[in-house]
Amino acid sequence: MTASTAVGTAAIRTEGLSKRYGRDRLAVDGLDLIVPAGSVFGFLGPNGSGKTTTIRMLLGLIRPSSGSVTLLDGPMPGAVGQVLPRVGALIEGPAHYGFLTGRQNLDRLDAADPTSDPRTRDARVDEALAKVGLTAVAGRKARAYSLGMKQRLGIASALLRPRDLLVLDEPTNGLDPQGMREIRTLIRGLAADGTTVFLSSHLLDEIEQVCTDVAVMSHGKLITQGTVESLRAGTRARLVVTTPDAEAAVVVLDRLGATDIVTTRDGVEADPAPLEPDEVCAALVRADVRVRSFTLARPSLEDAFVALTGEGFDVTD
Amino acid sequence: MSPTDALPKTGVLSPAFRYAAGTEAFGSERLPRLHGLMRSELRLVFLRPRTAAMLGFLAFVPVMLGVALRYFHDGGSSGGNGGGTVDFVNQVTGNGLFLVFASLAAALPFFLPMTVGVVAGDSIAGEAHAGTLRYLLVAPAGRTRLLSVKFAGVLAFCLAATLTVALSALVVGAALFPMGDVPLLTGDTISMGEASWRAVLIALCVAASLVGLAAIGLFVSTLTTVPVAAMATTVGVVIVTAILTGIPQLSAIHPWLFTDGWMSFGDLLRNPIPTDEIVRNLGIQAAYTAIFGAAAWARMTERDITT
Repeated sequence: MTASTAVGTAAIRTEGLSKRYGRDRLAVDGLDLIVPAGSVFGFLGPNGSGKTTTIRMLLGLIRPSSGSVTLLDGPMPGAVGQVLPRVGALIEGPAHYGFLTGRQNLDRLDAADPTSDPRTRDARVDEALAKVGLTAVAGRKARAYSLGMKQRLGIASALLRPRDLLVLDEPTNGLDPQGMREIRTLIRGLAADGTTVFLSSHLLDEIEQVCTDVAVMSHGKLITQGTVESLRAGTRARLVVTTPDAEAAVVVLDRLGATDIVTTRDGVEADPAPLEPDEVCAALVRADVRVRSFTLARPSLEDAFVALTGEGFDVTD
Repeated sequence: MSPTDALPKTGVLSPAFRYAAGTEAFGSERLPRLHGLMRSELRLVFLRPRTAAMLGFLAFVPVMLGVALRYFHDGGSSGGNGGGTVDFVNQVTGNGLFLVFASLAAALPFFLPMTVGVVAGDSIAGEAHAGTLRYLLVAPAGRTRLLSVKFAGVLAFCLAATLTVALSALVVGAALFPMGDVPLLTGDTISMGEASWRAVLIALCVAASLVGLAAIGLFVSTLTTVPVAAMATTVGVVIVTAILTGIPQLSAIHPWLFTDGWMSFGDLLRNPIPTDEIVRNLGIQAAYTAIFGAAAWARMTERDITT
C-alpha cells in the first residue's frame, strides 16, 4: 500500500491560523502551513515560538482565534471525530496512568476511539507494544517505567492503528542512542508505507536525517517552509583551507574574487561565491601555497536554522 | 492486507482509509462502543489505590458505630424519637439490620460526600493534570462522550461507596446484634426478607442523593487543571451547605439546597411509605444534575486543552 501522493494534495493545510492568549499575546500569528501528503515534515522553532500551540490547534485541542485548519480532508476542530482516528499523535511528551500497566494504558486509549473494533483490540494493543519493543514489560505498571519506556509507550499509542498522519512532538526525547535509531527507522518505514509524518524536534541532525520537508517558526510566525535542500541552499557552503601560508592564500583568494575572507589560527576561510572549488585549489597550489587540507564545508541545517531564527539564547515573548 | 482493500479509496492517503469507511456506520453501533470506554473508566476509578483506601475507610464506619453501640451504649438514654426524626441508633441494639440504616445516616452528611467530592473533583481535572486528557481527546474520545463517561464513572462510585457502607454494616450488624423481624418507625413489624428489600431501596436512595453533588464536582473539575483544587472546592461546597443548613435565618433557601432531602430515605422505614419527600429529593438531585451537567458540558466543549 503506497500513498497516492497526487500533486497538490496536502495532509495538513492551515490558512491564516492565529491564536491569541489574553488581549495582546499572539502565540501564533497568521500561519499558512502546507504539509504535503506522503512527506516527512520537520517542524522547527526555538522554545516559545508557537510550535506547541500550533500542534494543539492542528489536533483540535485548542480553538484558533482566527484562521482555519484542514487536517487530511476535514476541517478542524469540526471534523475531529472523522479525522482523528486516522491520526496518531505524541504531543509534548507521553502521559499515562501510573497505576495501570502499559497494556491497560493502551487498551484505554484504543477504547477511547469510538471507531475502533473492540473484538480486535487486544491484537492491536499487542502489535503496538511489539512495534516499540515493550512486549516484555507490558504487564508492568507504567509508574515503574523509565523515561525511555514511557516515551515508547507514548509512541505505541500513536501506532495503535495504521495511520494516515502521525504528529510526533519530540519523539526521541529521553531515548538512548539505540532507541533513537529504532524510532528513526520506524519513522522511515512508516513514511515508506505512505504515512505522512509531521515531526517536531529540536534535534536538527535528526530532522536532517529523516525529513524531506521542513518549516521554521519564530515568534509565532512561519519564517520559511520548503524542502530540506532548499532551506540548506539558503546558506552557502564555506571554503576552509588549512595552510601555514595564510597571507599568500588570502592574496590568491582575493584575486580570484572570493568574499568574506577570514584568517583563522591554522588557515583561511572564505565564501567561494562564484568559484569552482577545483579552480581555487589549483590556483592556490600554483601560487606555492602549501595546502594541508581543502574543504568545502556544506552548511548544516543547524547553520540554516540559526541564520533564520537568530543566535539569541533567551526566550523571547 | 484485508478484504476492505477493495473499497474505493476516497481519501488522499491510504494506510487508514479502510477505517474511514467504518466511521460512517458509527451511529448504528453506539452502545457497544460506549461500553468499551465505560469499562475502561470503571477500571480507572476502581483500580486506583486511592479508591480502595476510601472504600476501606467507608467500610470502617459501620464497624466503629457497631462496636460503639454494642460495647459502650448504655441503652435508650438519648432523647425520645418524637417529631418523626429518624432515630435508628436505639433500634440497632434490638436488630442488627438497623445498623445498615444507622450507618448510612451517619455516613451521608459528611463521609460519603467527601469521597464523592474527591472522585468527582478529580474526574476531568485529574486527567488534565496528568496530560492524559489530551491523548483521550486526540484518540478521539469526543468531548461530550468523555464527559458522559466520566459522570457515569462518578455515579458508579457513588453507588459503590453506598453499598460498601451498607454491606459492611450488614456484616457487622449480623455479627454483633440479633437479627429478626424489623420493627418500623410507624410501629408495624416486617419480615427480614421485606426489610432486606427496603435496605436495598434505602441504599439506592442514598446513592441517588449523591448525584447532585457528583454533578457539581464534575463541573468544578472542568474549570481547573489542578485536581486538588477541584476536590477541595467540591468538599467545600458540602461544608458550606451544611453551615447554611445550620442557620435558621436562612430557612428560605433551605429547600433549594441539594442536601435538604438527604434524610428522606428514612421514610422507607414507614408503612405505608410516604413518597413525597423521596420524590422531592430525587427531583432536587435531577435539577442539580441538569444545571451543573449543562454547565460542565458548556465548559468542556469550549475549553482549550493546554496541558
